[in-house]
Amino acid sequence: MIPELGHFLLWLALGVSAVLGTLPLVGAGRNRADWMALARPSAAILFALVALAFVCLALAFVGNDFSVLYVATNSNRSLPTHYRFAAVWGGHEGSMLLWTLMLAVWTVAVARFSAHLPDKVMARILAVMGWLSFGFLLFMLMTSNPFDRLVPTPANGRDLNPLLQDPGMVIHPPMLYMGYVGLSVAFSFAVAALIGGNLDATWARWTRPWTTAAWIFLTIGIALGSGWAYYELGWGGWWFWDPVENASFMPWLVATALIHSLAVTEKRNSFKSWTVLLAILAFSLSLLGTFLVRSGVLSSVHAFATDPRRGLFILAFLVIVIGASLALYAWRAPKVGIGARFALLSRETLLLGNNVLLVVACGAVLLGTLYPLALDALGMGKISVGPPYFDTVFVPLLTPLIFLMGIGPLARWKEAELPDLASRLKWAAGAAVVATLLTIWLRGGIGSVGVVGLLMAFWIVGSIATDLFERLRPVGGVRTGLLHRARLIPRSIAGMQLAHLGVAVFILGVTLVKTGEIERDVRMQPGDTTTIGDLVFTFSGVREVAGPNYRAMQGTISVTDKGRPVVTLHPEKRHYPATQSTMTEAAIEAGLTRDLYVSLGEPVDGGAWIVRVYVKPFVDWIWGGCLVMALGGLLAASDRRYRVKVRRTAEATTSVASAA
Amino acid sequence: MPETLSRAIVALLLALCAAQVVAKEAAPEAADPALEARMTRITAELRCLVCQNQTIADSNAGLAVDLRRETRELLRQGKSDEEIVAYMTARYGDFVLYRPPLKPTTALLWFGPAAMLLLGGTVLLLVLRRRTRLAADAFEPDEEGEDLGERGDPAASAAASAAGPATGSATGSATGPATGIARP
Amino acid sequence: MKRFWFLIPLAAFLALAVMLAVGLKLDPREVPSPLIDKPAPKFALQRLDDAARTIRLDDMRGKVWMLNVWASWCVACREEHPLLVEFAKKRVVPLYGLNYKDQREDAKGWLARFGNPYDASLFDDEGRVGIDFGVYGVPETFVIDQNGVIRLKHIGPLTPDVIATKIEPLLKKLDA
Repeated sequence: MIPELGHFLLWLALGVSAVLGTLPLVGAGRNRADWMALARPSAAILFALVALAFVCLALAFVGNDFSVLYVATNSNRSLPTHYRFAAVWGGHEGSMLLWTLMLAVWTVAVARFSAHLPDKVMARILAVMGWLSFGFLLFMLMTSNPFDRLVPTPANGRDLNPLLQDPGMVIHPPMLYMGYVGLSVAFSFAVAALIGGNLDATWARWTRPWTTAAWIFLTIGIALGSGWAYYELGWGGWWFWDPVENASFMPWLVATALIHSLAVTEKRNSFKSWTVLLAILAFSLSLLGTFLVRSGVLSSVHAFATDPRRGLFILAFLVIVIGASLALYAWRAPKVGIGARFALLSRETLLLGNNVLLVVACGAVLLGTLYPLALDALGMGKISVGPPYFDTVFVPLLTPLIFLMGIGPLARWKEAELPDLASRLKWAAGAAVVATLLTIWLRGGIGSVGVVGLLMAFWIVGSIATDLFERLRPVGGVRTGLLHRARLIPRSIAGMQLAHLGVAVFILGVTLVKTGEIERDVRMQPGDTTTIGDLVFTFSGVREVAGPNYRAMQGTISVTDKGRPVVTLHPEKRHYPATQSTMTEAAIEAGLTRDLYVSLGEPVDGGAWIVRVYVKPFVDWIWGGCLVMALGGLLAASDRRYRVKVRRTAEATTSVASAA
Repeated sequence: MPETLSRAIVALLLALCAAQVVAKEAAPEAADPALEARMTRITAELRCLVCQNQTIADSNAGLAVDLRRETRELLRQGKSDEEIVAYMTARYGDFVLYRPPLKPTTALLWFGPAAMLLLGGTVLLLVLRRRTRLAADAFEPDEEGEDLGERGDPAASAAASAAGPATGSATGSATGPATGIARP
Repeated sequence: MKRFWFLIPLAAFLALAVMLAVGLKLDPREVPSPLIDKPAPKFALQRLDDAARTIRLDDMRGKVWMLNVWASWCVACREEHPLLVEFAKKRVVPLYGLNYKDQREDAKGWLARFGNPYDASLFDDEGRVGIDFGVYGVPETFVIDQNGVIRLKHIGPLTPDVIATKIEPLLKKLDA
């Protein structure tokens, strides 16, 4: 009964999304206030319907309704309740429902927080989002219905993939999807602006907080995925340039470029058509990612069960959505004005340099990810493109970007002077060199790539410090308090500095762990020890433990530092009978300056085990840096300037309109 | 009771001593760590064909274990890194390499990013140069004052101007297209 | 003229879409063999049924023959086995098995249970010859010509379609 209800709700939602997509859009073109007024309530109804459908599926999972095919393939009676709920998005069909739910959430959020938008703009934006919902709902109902029944009903399900039975894996998809889908807001703003023909700085101001919000979620989602891989997969890696990882990274790169480009458009009314293109591109990459993961076109650990028919549908959807928006762009964008003037050296150009580098980086990742497919499609053989390629190609692109990151925030809008910038930044440069040398001396050497990494990170820190110093020092002869001057710094600026600091922390983490991590692969009998520096790891043997739906061999390893006990670690080798799979659970002692990472390999004769021991310096700074970046974004998005100004502008426009 | 207890303690102590005698620094899995490191470095760039998304260094598949063993033997025979890679590609093709070989078919792959950067940079420069040559009226009016120049939102800049004329002039000079604008 | 530049994103996207559409028909996991039209790797292996006797690659010179890689632990091999038994009855070409990473007794028992289509099976318990042939999944089937050159490799279980459309035409061509 409940699954049928859920199915029915999805059909209703399909209808509502079609209404949302049509009437407000036509109404905006024909100036029909009553049709435009349908947009907000339709969005709310759409959200309610999709949310209820989601609840129906969740109930089926939590209630162990194995008569639903999707539940039977992704859940099991012995699965703990919270994982039964998470299993809703453990497979293709349910994750599509989650995606659609997120889209409905963003749609209703835009409807809710769009009071300052002119009715026509609001109507068009919501209509575009309505069409996106329509597409995904249609896809689900035609090819990926999560509510399909399974007859005869099995007594028990096949179980959720053990890799997914983990808190990190539970929260990673929702965060990621919030990010992916959130970029549809910027996309819809862009398409609505192209349709309406009114692209200006105000448009950029409206779009900016939404884009930042999506970017925050995407940052957290990617960081969670990476962190999960690190502690779950058992060999300490955290990024593999896997096609699906790349599929999430590409929209992130373009979204970052978009945030910076929106700054130029908002402040200086410039490069509007470029910003619009980026907005279209960002969401297009989200859609492309969806395609790559579910179509079977690329082989990846992350790929869902593949089905070329589904792939064809998504591809058709892609062609319609992206093709139409790019065609609209080609038609309308040439008419858009070129904005205000600025010099060859100015903050604007530095931001554009940022854009070029980010977009080229995205292009490089796209090239590497799709090249094997391209060669195969042309019949020119089969190759693999993996980390050696991406690492070689990506780092040289990152370096100039970081260099610019240090200069941009200090450069003036419209026209900046090189000697002035150089003299202000010389302290930052000097400090970066000194800090790098100091770190090398403390560490006792580092490779050339490590030097570059350290210089980059410290350069950013130096630049931020310079900026802060300039803002916080007393101006003229006025005696204002330090705190007062600090409060004067706009949140968008503080957010930017925090986010850039996050990047520096991230780079430090990557550099220090890649150049300094130590690995030992040893065969250990109970009682054996292995030593890394001052740390001694003692293996005490393995015993059997039972979990809710698994049996495990649990090892015990005690660690001492200069003789003093630090921690006892319990890595496990888990066997899940329902899926007949074995998982390696690493044991990690996380620390601010280093992680101790231990995992069990295979048992060997004589009661011994192969044990992998790692010391990973500063590895948590990688995800810490991502968190700081996200916090910076949050701070920036909460800047009241946008909302205050927008309200004032809206009031000004209405007062002008009423005066006319 | 005390007798059995003390006997138990003695037995425990003896067992512990025996354990101490046996416990030692664990032997590395491989006989030769330097060779092992080389093997790991080479196989970390090779794709495991069974699982297809792990390296031969990391995979526990039967074929991966066999190929790691082969690699160790080839290294012991004195083969170079390139010869071992050639051994693998002769049997499994270029697909097994995570670092795509530089060939006419992969030239676009390897030089693509640099070419894109060059293209992007050139386009940017050309567009910027063209902009500087345009007449002033081709541009749209500068939305200044409110949007730029002040150090914070209008409420704060009001407070700043209340604090004294010096700050006020610093922000006040923000208008005017010819001069550089103070950073917000 | 200006409009031209603005059409580039659309054009690039459509080209990408075409490529992705083609990609839907391909299998990203299939690995083509670099050994096609190259000499088969030399080997000398014990017979499965008689450890005292050895079969070498050179023993096969002068005739077209097929090599089928199988193992008793391989589930997919059971799928193709009846086909092989039928095919062997026709005595088109000699069919040899490569028993890959198996136990001798398990392998012999498996053949006794499911039928033995092979003229003989070679015992490759360590899988070294398999590696030389580029074997990465079981079952795999090779067609090797009179000069010891590999002419065909099929990955996965044989199907009547593959035998009819790929193998039999090739065998006819080689014998002629």
